[in-house]
Amino acid sequence: MRKTLSVLVSALALVAATLPATAKDKLTVYTYESFTAEWGPGPQVKKAFEEECNCEVDFVSVADGVALLNRVKLEGAATKADIVLGLDTNLTADAKATGLFVPHGTTAALDVPGGWNDDTFVPYDYGYFAVVYDTEKLKTPPASLKDLVEGDASQKIAIQDPRTSTPGLGLLLWVRSVYGDKAPEAWAKLKDRVLTVTPGWSEAYGLFTKGEAPMVLSYTTSPAYHMVAEKTDRYQAASFSEGHYLQVEVAGVTTTGAKNPLSGKFMAFMTSPKFQDVVPETNWMFPAGKMDKPLDPAFEKLVKPAKTLTFSPEEVAKNRKAWVDEWLTVISK
Amino acid sequence: MTADMPARQGASLRLDKTTFSYGQTRLAFDAEFPAGEITAVMGPSGSGKSTLLNLVAGFEIPLSGHVLINGLDFSAASPSERPVSMVFQENNLFAHLDVFRNVGLGISPSLALTAADRMAIADALARTGLTGKEKRLPRELSGGERQRVALARALVRDRPVLLLDEPFASLGPALREDMLDLVAAVQAERKMTTLFVTHQPEDARRVAAHVVFLENGTVAATGRAHDFFSANGPAAFRRYAGAMNGE
Amino acid sequence: MADRDKQVGAAAIPLPHQAAPPAALRDKRVAAGIAALVFVAVLIGGAFLGLVIESAGDFSGALAAFDSYLFRVVRFTLWQALLSTFLSVLPALFVARALSRHPGFFGRSFILQLFAVPLALPAIVAALGVLALYGRAGYFAEMLTKIGGQDWPGIYGLSGILVAHVFFNLPLCVRLFLEALQTVPADQWRLASQLGMSARPAFRFIEWPALRQALPGVAGLVFMLCITSFTIVLILGGGPRATTLEVAIYQALRFDFDPARAVALTLLQILLTFAVVALLSRLGANTTAEASLSVAPRRYLSIGNGEVALNVLLILLALLFVAGPMVATIAAGLQSELARLAGERAVHLATTTSAALAFLSALLATALSLSLTMARRGLATQRGRNGGRSLLEYATDTGAGFVLVVPPIVIGAGWFLLLRHIGSAFAIAPVMVVAVNAIMAMPFALRAVRPAYDAASERHERLCAQLGITGWARLKLIDWPVLRRPLATAFAFAMALSLGDLGVIALFGSDSLQTLPYLLLARMGSYRTADAAGLALFLGLVCFALILLADRLGKERSS
Repeated sequence: MRKTLSVLVSALALVAATLPATAKDKLTVYTYESFTAEWGPGPQVKKAFEEECNCEVDFVSVADGVALLNRVKLEGAATKADIVLGLDTNLTADAKATGLFVPHGTTAALDVPGGWNDDTFVPYDYGYFAVVYDTEKLKTPPASLKDLVEGDASQKIAIQDPRTSTPGLGLLLWVRSVYGDKAPEAWAKLKDRVLTVTPGWSEAYGLFTKGEAPMVLSYTTSPAYHMVAEKTDRYQAASFSEGHYLQVEVAGVTTTGAKNPLSGKFMAFMTSPKFQDVVPETNWMFPAGKMDKPLDPAFEKLVKPAKTLTFSPEEVAKNRKAWVDEWLTVISK
Repeated sequence: MTADMPARQGASLRLDKTTFSYGQTRLAFDAEFPAGEITAVMGPSGSGKSTLLNLVAGFEIPLSGHVLINGLDFSAASPSERPVSMVFQENNLFAHLDVFRNVGLGISPSLALTAADRMAIADALARTGLTGKEKRLPRELSGGERQRVALARALVRDRPVLLLDEPFASLGPALREDMLDLVAAVQAERKMTTLFVTHQPEDARRVAAHVVFLENGTVAATGRAHDFFSANGPAAFRRYAGAMNGE
Repeated sequence: MADRDKQVGAAAIPLPHQAAPPAALRDKRVAAGIAALVFVAVLIGGAFLGLVIESAGDFSGALAAFDSYLFRVVRFTLWQALLSTFLSVLPALFVARALSRHPGFFGRSFILQLFAVPLALPAIVAALGVLALYGRAGYFAEMLTKIGGQDWPGIYGLSGILVAHVFFNLPLCVRLFLEALQTVPADQWRLASQLGMSARPAFRFIEWPALRQALPGVAGLVFMLCITSFTIVLILGGGPRATTLEVAIYQALRFDFDPARAVALTLLQILLTFAVVALLSRLGANTTAEASLSVAPRRYLSIGNGEVALNVLLILLALLFVAGPMVATIAAGLQSELARLAGERAVHLATTTSAALAFLSALLATALSLSLTMARRGLATQRGRNGGRSLLEYATDTGAGFVLVVPPIVIGAGWFLLLRHIGSAFAIAPVMVVAVNAIMAMPFALRAVRPAYDAASERHERLCAQLGITGWARLKLIDWPVLRRPLATAFAFAMALSLGDLGVIALFGSDSLQTLPYLLLARMGSYRTADAAGLALFLGLVCFALILLADRLGKERSS
């Protein structure tokens, strides 16, 4: 008994002795799961920034971008997050409306298609939605969205539900930006080509790699993963002549973070080469800022959209519900 | 059992205008059972014999009236609070517990047994002829032995009222007579006020001092066993017994 | 307690308690059941409260939800759930009967252990397993294409949903029905054998009454599982034509963050389920088997050759159907780098976290279901032959099962909204996961425990009342030895269910609370499909090992 006690006391003393050393300034970043995964950008970003700032970065991760926004909404002004990293442009209008984010004030050079002029959120990477196909199953992929809509209905595609998934919403906006008010008619035709509508990206991509469908809605950068990590050219993105819909991933400083001087430093770091060098081969997206090292050649082989399609966050926020309902009516017939 | 036990007297038992019903059947009992003696409860099937016992034991609560034991009102008391032991026709034992523990539960419902308790259990087992079978499980016993265990438990419980609900109905004639004699002997020692439900007039005649005859949910006749089984017995009972013999 | 033990003096008559409290309250079992109900009510009520407060009186979203699309969703939700229930329950009756007829069937216990695994598989794993067989690129696709003369279209649509639901629920039903069949007293079998009953009358007079008693409960359970199905319906349903209310609730909370609508839709879901379960309860009959001491090992009827063949065929078909997708899952898992996965720290951590959470959930679920079972029985006994069931009794019985149709995400979100004003709500995430998983597993555990408890109670009730064996002593001395095995089954079920759960984790999941299914989905979400397949195999194995362990624990003393 006495021995246990003395061990306990000395252990406590040890802890106490190490305390001052660990009591560094701390930055809390909320982000999504695949960012902090071992193979994601998180570990390298954390190491690089901690070296630079002599501070401690604490990543808190949730399932995805939507969950991220919900978590911040749930916590409200009491949130522990200094920075929220991983929202996309379809969510920023909603996020701004919460009043939980403050202007970023950074003036870094950004390289995002179509330029950037949001005062609250700063982009760190971007990508394009694309139809990824299996070259072993499909010799002639659709060359345009029109081809996809009107082509052979026996060549199926797996898509995601815009009510539950970000890429699902992306496709909805893509069709809308190409077809405008004729979008419902396009969906009525496309419907027969849809194998199934999954709740998230993972399920659809799983069906695709299992060979259930020769096409899946994903990103132009998806083939880069297969080329770099798996050394295979089997999966490719189809280039669509109308252009591809853009997804930009952003970060913002919260009202909590506004009081932490590290927040501003991190936002500047995020657009610097040290962060940007990590992004392409961990997050499999295009960098939004300057890199020090060259992009892997595989990225050069990727589809370069003829045109960048996009709606402003405000347009999305205003019309999302109506467009989703319209989609539902057509596709559930 | 030791000699310094107090001199025993059975408790008086009275059903004071008790009524009960289930479904469409209405029952009403108003009867006094002689203290310290065996009363046979007889009557046709459905006449309310088991219900009467259940009212005394507390498995049923009367709609009105009182269950009085030694003048105290037990109408609303739970079964375990009543000074009553009951032996059922079957399911008297816990199948997964051995004989010793089945009896031991009569002393302590949590089986917290002292050395004195263990002695008492051994005595009760000896009294009922079960010595050496302490470790048996119920399934390793004969039907008669199982009822002996139940009787042994009633002994260790040592409550002044004993209810027997056709406990030997499924035993053969010779075995039944053995058991009846055991009950009679035990009762003579302990002077428990005993109600004994049976269909067999000869069982009643063998052990009972009194008879209560039920018909249609009420007491149709009462009297001393001797008178009941004579030619001048109650007419209702003679009809019933005659019908039984005619079967 | 102790004073009552000792007051049995020689011929001394204890004073009766004149002002005794109502019998219902004196029974500690009922008190335990009430405590369990309060726990469930607080968990769900608190969540609703949080959501309603958050909506701040703005119920426009809730009203707007009731449109023609919702009407179609409701119709489809009910239709697929009813069909799935029917297709799971009906074959299960006969498979359970076949298994109960052949206690010495080769590999019988292995089959039963295997039958507990599907419940533990995350829906996406099960869906991919089913597709590996019956999908467009499945093992059977080539054969089916040849037979059909055209490219096999896969099983997308209602058929796919049904196949997957039956895969999940048939084995569950088999196990629950078997449990019910095992409560048939040995005497009845002896009687049947003496009367020379052949299979048909034996089924009608002995097995069917036991099964019929369990039927409404089991069918209700399966119905609730199917009505709340989400991932399976979306993946295999082929699109929003096949959508359940659960999707709408999920959307309301996740994308639209409209708490009022989520509450309204959840209430609608509960109401619909209530109506269907009320109808299902008419299928059953309260025919508690006559009490009798089970004194001899069961002897079975002599079984004709024709019936043996039929039974074997039934069991094999069920086994093939259930094992098929599992074999496909194993095959896919074996192609991953298992050795590397097994060495990963993240996998170790997730395994430990999953096991700890599932263990605690299962413990709580078993305790809750035992409390409810005891209370229900206690109330039913007090009621006797007179009077109808009270609301309390209903709540301890079918009522508690309705927690299944409250989506975990609703409970989670509600509590977070409620607690965020008090402090860091996310600190209680593990408690939340355990509590929610426990009440979600409780209805299953209830089904496993209840038949055995009721049968034992039927034999012991009067004896315990007479001897004053109550409370803890009763649980330890009387109920535990009899309930050991069903409780172990209940525990294993609950643990398996919690292991595979993703619903609550998806909302609370963070670095501090990574479970195996969460890790699996994270790998899938970053192109690492092979890793995910390996983890699915791993999850299945962990679950199987737990079931084996529970079975062993349950058997130890019951032989």
